[in-house]
Amino acid sequence: MSGEASARQVPVAASRRSPLVARLDRSAGAVFILPAVLVILAFSIFPLLASLYVSMTRLSFSEGGIHLTYVGFGNYAKLLVGIDRTHFLGVTVPLTPLTAVVLLVIYGGFAFLLVRYLRGPGRTVAGFVGRLVTAVIAGALVWLVVDTVMTSGRPGTIVVTLIYVGVDVSAQYLLALGLALLVVQRLPGRRFFRVVFLLPMMITPVGVAYLFRMLTDTSKGPLYPLWAHFGLTDVSWVTNPWGARLAVMIGDVWQWTPFIFIVLLASIESLPIELNEAAVVDGANRWQMFWAITFPQILPATSTVVLIRLIEAFKIVDLPNVLTNGGPGTATESLTLHAYTIWRALDIGGSAAVAYMLLIVVTFVGISYVNLFRRRVTAMA
Amino acid sequence: MSRYPARTLVIAVGVGLLAAACNASNSTSTGNFSGTTIRIVTFTGPQIAEPLQRRGPDFEKATGAKVQVITVPFSDLYQKILTDFSTKTNSYDAMVFDPQWMGDYVPSGYLEDLTNRVQNDTALQWNDIAPFFRDFSATFKGKVYTVPLDGDFQMVYYRTDLLQKDGLQPPATWDDYISIAKHFQGKDLNGDGKADFGSCWAMKRSAQSYWMFISVAAAFLQSQGTKQGSFFDTSNMQPLMNNAGTAAALDIYKQLSKLGPPDQLNNDVGDSRGLFVTGRCALSLDWGDIGPLAVDKSQSKVADQVGAVILPGSKKVLDRASGQLVDCNSTICPYAVNGVNHSPFAAFGGWSGAINKAAPAKTKDAAFAFLSYMSQPAQSSVDVTIGKTGFNPYRTSHFTNLGPWTASGMSEKAAKDYLGAIQASLQSPNMVLDMRIPQTAFYQQTALDTALAQFLAGELSANQTMAQITNQWNSKTDELGRQSQLDAYKSSLSVTK
Repeated sequence: MSGEASARQVPVAASRRSPLVARLDRSAGAVFILPAVLVILAFSIFPLLASLYVSMTRLSFSEGGIHLTYVGFGNYAKLLVGIDRTHFLGVTVPLTPLTAVVLLVIYGGFAFLLVRYLRGPGRTVAGFVGRLVTAVIAGALVWLVVDTVMTSGRPGTIVVTLIYVGVDVSAQYLLALGLALLVVQRLPGRRFFRVVFLLPMMITPVGVAYLFRMLTDTSKGPLYPLWAHFGLTDVSWVTNPWGARLAVMIGDVWQWTPFIFIVLLASIESLPIELNEAAVVDGANRWQMFWAITFPQILPATSTVVLIRLIEAFKIVDLPNVLTNGGPGTATESLTLHAYTIWRALDIGGSAAVAYMLLIVVTFVGISYVNLFRRRVTAMA
Repeated sequence: MSRYPARTLVIAVGVGLLAAACNASNSTSTGNFSGTTIRIVTFTGPQIAEPLQRRGPDFEKATGAKVQVITVPFSDLYQKILTDFSTKTNSYDAMVFDPQWMGDYVPSGYLEDLTNRVQNDTALQWNDIAPFFRDFSATFKGKVYTVPLDGDFQMVYYRTDLLQKDGLQPPATWDDYISIAKHFQGKDLNGDGKADFGSCWAMKRSAQSYWMFISVAAAFLQSQGTKQGSFFDTSNMQPLMNNAGTAAALDIYKQLSKLGPPDQLNNDVGDSRGLFVTGRCALSLDWGDIGPLAVDKSQSKVADQVGAVILPGSKKVLDRASGQLVDCNSTICPYAVNGVNHSPFAAFGGWSGAINKAAPAKTKDAAFAFLSYMSQPAQSSVDVTIGKTGFNPYRTSHFTNLGPWTASGMSEKAAKDYLGAIQASLQSPNMVLDMRIPQTAFYQQTALDTALAQFLAGELSANQTMAQITNQWNSKTDELGRQSQLDAYKSSLSVTK
């Protein structure tokens, strides 16, 4: 059939369509989207709402099975003002002159940024309110970190998690960037090292945790000769709070640096060479070439990979669970491990409440990062 | 009436004799379970899972039932089983678990009542199981729900060679224990040129540390017999965790955390046992496992150099009226020996096997036959002498028949010493029963365990630790109902010994 003939037949065919077919045609879009919507509802929205409900209940056992009792915000109250407050938020103490100065400087920075936004050309009411909310929540978290880490207080699981996220992601990014810049050089054996640098990422996190458990054992294990040489066999990493946290962070950095490394490597290798050649002709040194040419061009990849690692880092659980069981005390316990510990005793309401607090913090950090940093960086690029 | 009564009688007698002969030669032939698979969950081995896995194929050969052992970490076992029950997944037909959890599993109707089965199973020799284990580990509110496979008491182990050489006696009190631990701390105890440790305990969080602590605290908290209890005041369910007795126990616990290996706070029983049997520790606190492990020449460097004694005690105990420590006398410490109150702790109660009520009938029969097979003296008398099984003696015949012990490599003297320490605990009128009330897992594994870990790490002072435990226990008790929890606690103390 020629194209002309078929075109002539279309109006005829359309005029013969029944109202049912026409209705189906009109709703075809919705029908095609429906499976995806149902999947999202079933696997994302429903569990989210169900766990929200569970976080407001208390589980008990009765004849014939279990019983959920609605307790409102009771499980959240336990975490924020109740018997689990010191475990979750930590132990806060009155501010010292040093911590007061640190907080004033940070809060001053927040105020400066807000004022600058208000004086800027693109200000909107929504933008200001968003930034204000961000500043308030960030201010509260900063106060919690400063007042439990820089004083005689004690960090709770939320602060320990924030420390893991901040230190781990920063260290992973800097190391990965250095390794990626090294591997793109025309050095002998670079293909070999490219593969070697990726290996830690392939190992299961539990395996990494057991590996570091052996490595940090100063009384036996593969590094015993090293510890013995330096007279450190009577020193234990994992019985000192900061030593144990450091052991967890080293393990996490070792495992996840390769992920950032491979993304940055791909980004650097895809950059056009002409700009660097022009810079060489203009007499730029290596640092100037990196800072003015390479770094701005890899910022979009940087912002994406850092966002992914930020979100993942909040969920750290395998390493502290296997390496230290959250100890000594609760020194290495992350929010996920906190939720897991409560869940093991089948306090699923309390566990869901911790998980929701984590969700709130991750969402806040993720949205703030995207709004305040990533969009700007992408636009610049 | 048959046309051939004499022939029928002869055949019937013949079949009967044949069946009896088969039964005598193979005590597992309680049925034909071909095509049946028994899915048993227990904790990640090698202990406990090992004997189940090792004897599963033998049982399959005898009965046709396949035994599939599923293992999960101990800290997950309680909720894994309960989640499986409550969601009606029923992926486990049987489970070998901590009998303390019956307080949650039985009232919810998840476990099969085994009362008639144990009474009708002659091969099981139910009455050979020591009364305490039949009652505490197997029975809940008058009905039998588990088959005991293990007997658990904590004891102190010491190096006989070291103490003898230095003219020291085994510890009778916790003060003695600390004194001996200090004496040996930092000395080379196994001749390898390295400094060793006075005492090795499992103090890791989310492991076994809270049982170790209770073993110390019980000496101060319970002096007037088993029914007095060590955890709560039996008149009002107030925790016994904030008083001079608990403070004294915390002080000892803290001192001992520094008289061991540098990473003792990160050691579980696997680590402390390994250190002890390789000769690196003068003292240790443990269940019965160290006895058989010490004679296992494949790993032990201290064979026949290990003694065991009942848990050390205290010359001062808690006066519950005043909350203060007072000197022992015949009124407050009626069971004291030489003025020392000993409170041997039946920690955990012993691994026991139960059956899922929702399992198919034939599978339940097969599961019971397997649990019975594991517990029968022919199997268990050998298993309790093997260190890696994690099973400790719990039958009368385990204590009276020394043959399997000497066959395992233990000298008769060492066997008598080891079994004597367990028997002294088992027969003590002041034996301490472990907690067995609804949500015991929260009281011990979550609240007590976390507070102790925080105390050892220096996050909490002794007073803060006691206050935190008391607040959390009271909060849970009020949540669940103070009176019902009190009834459950008092009921759990009324066991036969």
